[in-house]
Order: sequence, then C-alpha cells, then structure tokens
Amino acid sequence: MDAMQKHLLKEVAALDALPVGAYNIRSNGEKAARNTTANIDIVTKDDKPGIDIIIKPGTKNESVHIPVIISQSGLKEVVYNDFFIGEDCDVTIVAGCGISNCGGIGDSRHDGIHSFFVKKNSKVRYIEKHYGEGDGRAKRLMNPTTVVELEEGAVMEMDTSQIGGIDDTLRVTKAKLGENATLLIHDKILTDGDQKATADIQVDMEGDGGSCDIISRGVAKNESYQEVILGITGNAACNGHAECDSIIMDNGVILATPALKAMNVEASLIHEAAIGKIAGDQLNKLMTLGLSEKEAEERIIQGFLR
Amino acid sequence: MLELKNISYSVDDKDILQDINLTIDDRFVAITGPNGSGKSTLIKIIMGLITPTTGRIYLDGQDITDLPINERANLGISYAFQQPVHFKGLRVRDLLELASKDKYDFKAACNILSEVGLCARDYIDRELNSTLSGGEMKRIEIAMTAARGSKLSLFDEPEAGIDLWSFQSLIHIFEKLYAKTSGSIVIISHQERILNIADKIIYLKDGRIEKYAGRDEVLTSIDINLAEPGCSLLTEKGPRQDQNCR
Ligand SMILES: Nc1ncnc2c1ncn2[C@@H]1O[C@H](COP(=O)(O)OP(=O)(O)O)[C@@H](O)[C@H]1O
Ligand SMILES: [Mg+2]
Repeated sequence: MDAMQKHLLKEVAALDALPVGAYNIRSNGEKAARNTTANIDIVTKDDKPGIDIIIKPGTKNESVHIPVIISQSGLKEVVYNDFFIGEDCDVTIVAGCGISNCGGIGDSRHDGIHSFFVKKNSKVRYIEKHYGEGDGRAKRLMNPTTVVELEEGAVMEMDTSQIGGIDDTLRVTKAKLGENATLLIHDKILTDGDQKATADIQVDMEGDGGSCDIISRGVAKNESYQEVILGITGNAACNGHAECDSIIMDNGVILATPALKAMNVEASLIHEAAIGKIAGDQLNKLMTLGLSEKEAEERIIQGFLR
Repeated sequence: MLELKNISYSVDDKDILQDINLTIDDRFVAITGPNGSGKSTLIKIIMGLITPTTGRIYLDGQDITDLPINERANLGISYAFQQPVHFKGLRVRDLLELASKDKYDFKAACNILSEVGLCARDYIDRELNSTLSGGEMKRIEIAMTAARGSKLSLFDEPEAGIDLWSFQSLIHIFEKLYAKTSGSIVIISHQERILNIADKIIYLKDGRIEKYAGRDEVLTSIDINLAEPGCSLLTEKGPRQDQNCR
C-alpha cells in the first residue's frame, strides 16, 4: 500500500496497521488484504462484486474491519457486502470508505450495499465512516445502502458518519425489527461547499417489545444542501423515537422530513426535529473562554457531531 | 484595574445605562439594585457582549472598547453568565479544559467541581445539555470562571440556584480565586450574605449609579430590598457534595 492508501485507511478506520481479528481491505476495486478467524469467515461472492462475512453463533468480543479505499480517479464500483451473524454473538464491525482523487479528472464513486442478518439475541456494534478529499476537479460520490434485519432479542448499535469531502450522497438505511429487538442509530453528516447529501432512514418495527432510537445530526455549511428523512412504522407494541437536529450556516439548506406511522394501538412513536443556526450565546460563551468566533464555531460543530 | 468612562447604552430611544463612570480596583465589588436596573447589561458591556452607545472602557490603562470578547478574555476578563448556556455534544470536561487552557489537568478540574458541590465522577463527562438542572448548570458556570483564574472575574447572580448550604462554599470559591489571582472579583447579587463580603458596593437604579462606596456606607444609606421575592423563588436544591467522591 502506498502512503495515500495508508492515510485513507487511517481516516476511515482509524488504522495505523493491519487490524486485529478479521478484516478485508478493498483498495481501488481489488482485495488488498484479508484475514479470517476461527469464528469469522470472509468469502468473495462469485455472482457479483463483494463479500459474505459469516460469523459463527456464540462469537463474543471479536471484530471485523472492512474498509474500502479509493485513490484512483475515475473508479466507479458497486459492492455488495452481506453479514450473517449467528445467534448469541457480541461483535463489532467497522466499515468505511475513503476516496482521494487529487489531480484526477474522472469522478470516483463507491456504492456499498451492506446487509446485516442478525440472529436471535446477538449484539452488533457497527461503525461506518465516509470520507473524501481532493482538489475539487473530479467529484467524489458515495451511495451507501444499509439493510438491517434483527431477529428476536437482537441489538444493533449503528454509528455512521460522513464528515466532509463527499460531493453527492444518497444514504439509505432500511431496518426491520423482530420481537424485543433494539436498534440505535447515530447518524452524522457535515456538508460544505456545494455538496449534497440525502439520508433516508426507514425502520419497520414488526415485533412486540421492539424499540428503536434514531438520532440524526447534520451541519450544512456554505451552499450545501441536506435532506433527512426519518421514518418509523410501528406494526406491533413497540417504542420508536427519532430525533433530527441540524445546524445551518452561511447559505446552507436543510430539509427534515419526519414520518411516523402507527399501525398498532400499542405502538408509541415520537419524533423531534430542530433546525437553526449556532446560537449566539453559545458563540459568546466560548469567546469568553478565549476562542475567536471562528474557533468557537468549529468547537461547537465538533462537539455537535461527536 | 478597570475604568469605565461615560458609558451609556440605549436601545430604541430607551436609555438602559446612562453616563456610567467608575473604577474597579478592589478585591470584591458587588453590584446590586432592582431587577431591570441594568446590572447584567453593565457586565456584558465590560466583557464585550454588548457595545455601548457611548463611552470608553480601560483595563489597566489599555482602551479595550473596540476589542472583541475573546481578546478581552485573553487580556484577563472572565464572566459567569446569569443564564448558563447549553451545548449539545460538549461535555463539562471540554469546557473546563477550554476555560483553564494550558493549565488544565484532570485532577484540578475534579477539585474545582467538588468545590462547587458537584461530584466530579458524576459530572465530568456529562454533556452540557438540557438534562442538567438550572442549579447544576449554574455551578458548572461558576466552576469554569474559577478555573480560568482571570485578574478580573465577573459573576452575574451566582447565588441563583444554589441552596443556602453552599453559600459558604460559594464565598470560599471567591476567596480562593482572589488568593490565586490577586485581582478583582465583581459579583452581581441581591443576597445580603454576598454583599457582606464586598469591599465596595455599586448600587444601580434605572441605569444610573445611585451609590458607589464602601460596603457599610452603602448598606446603611440605602434601603435595599435584598431578598426580592422573584429571586428567592429561583433557588433550588442541588445535589449535595458526596464526601467519598474525591
Ligand atoms: N436588547 C434589549 N432591548 C431592549 N431592552 C433591553 C435589552 N437588553 C436589556 N434591556 C432592558 O434593559 C434593562 C436592564 O436589563 P438588565 O441589564 O438585564 O437588568 P438587571 O440585570 O439589572 O436585572 C431592562 O429593562 C431590560 O428589559
Ligand atoms: Mg440581570
């Protein structure tokens, strides 16, 4: 791997070296490195690009890293990654995509479709980071789709973020929750310049006792545009909460659309949404601690998207 | 030393402060006066949150009237807000770290929280969001200003939200802050127990300084309605200091 690829790996997966545990590193459209463990297998798909990640029932405290890096201008790819997580597991999955196309002329594009099939009583922590950099001549595009199916008693905690550098993105998340399943989503987006980002999160609560909590935070700077759609359908006795909190700056535009659909009288669904600029008293407070207005702004956003 | 010369402030033809002239050079200076008399406005003008309509402000002889808030902060002014500010995502430790700058260390931050009656273990990683009560926010606000240790510290009604038990602790914080900075501490207050530790008291009324003199002189010459009902209602019980928590 060259220096640029290593740098991207650090940005999306916080990795300085090869990770411990199972991993699959995809670089410029090809497999760059892979490791499997006694409990976690990774198999290349033979019908389409992508991999199957198979985690044995009862696997605890193990992790899988599957970063994707693109340092080649003009590369466009669609990749399917399917995760099969057996019963009673407790695992961490770290995914992410970094694109750098400095000096390039062609747009770079990565569309990752991640599906998670989580069996009974398993716990999954999923971290996904999207990052781009370049000189602005060639665009960097990402369209991640995440499909989640949680069986009875399964828990999935998703921490997804796109903090800069991606010109255009449509992020789709679709989840289906069984009985007593729990889904927590923390989604963070920062857009700048004339970037566009749409996040569409749809959760179907199919089983009694299910619960989901979606927290979406967005910051739109300059001329950028964000759309956030948060939908929860309650088909059973369940609890759903969605919170969409956004900061607009400069000429940024944010459109937040909540949608709650209760199909069962025992479904309890809540939505909260707020959009506004950084409060003047927040800037003032940090300035009284010695920060310039610009530094105060950055600190507030950094905390907000933490 | 802080000097205000001919400071006036008006909004839409309404005079909020009129021709304020004063020098602050003592250890503890209290500002008191009826609600709406302009106390908070005066402090915001000193810190730079409000630009006066006329007049100049000098800190140790330097004209700071045109300096932004942060430059005044870096010259040695700090300010505990009357209404502390919530931040989503910023934690108590983040703000204490910013407040104490390069002097920051974890132990000092914990000590300062204990001094305001908050168990550091329970609070240091709390976000400054609306899950904190008004009294808790107020104490954290005081802790930040104490952590800063500036030569001029401004406190706007620090007693609001603090129960009587912690009055003595609050005064102790001011004394310690003075011991550290040898500067001036300016406290807006309606509370007799705070006014009693002041070297000098400024009595503001209708945007003017009605009296500015030694404590005893001001307290005896003016019938100040100290315990305004509106203020005592604000007090609330906060969590007690946990003795095992240090
Ligand atoms: N931006 C403003 N516009 C109009 N009136 C204001 C503004 N700020 C303060 N005031 C008024 O100025 C007066 C003084 O306010 P303040 O300094 O907060 O008083 P205090 O702190 O003594 O209670 C009040 O009558 C208040 O309503
Ligand atoms: Mg006031």
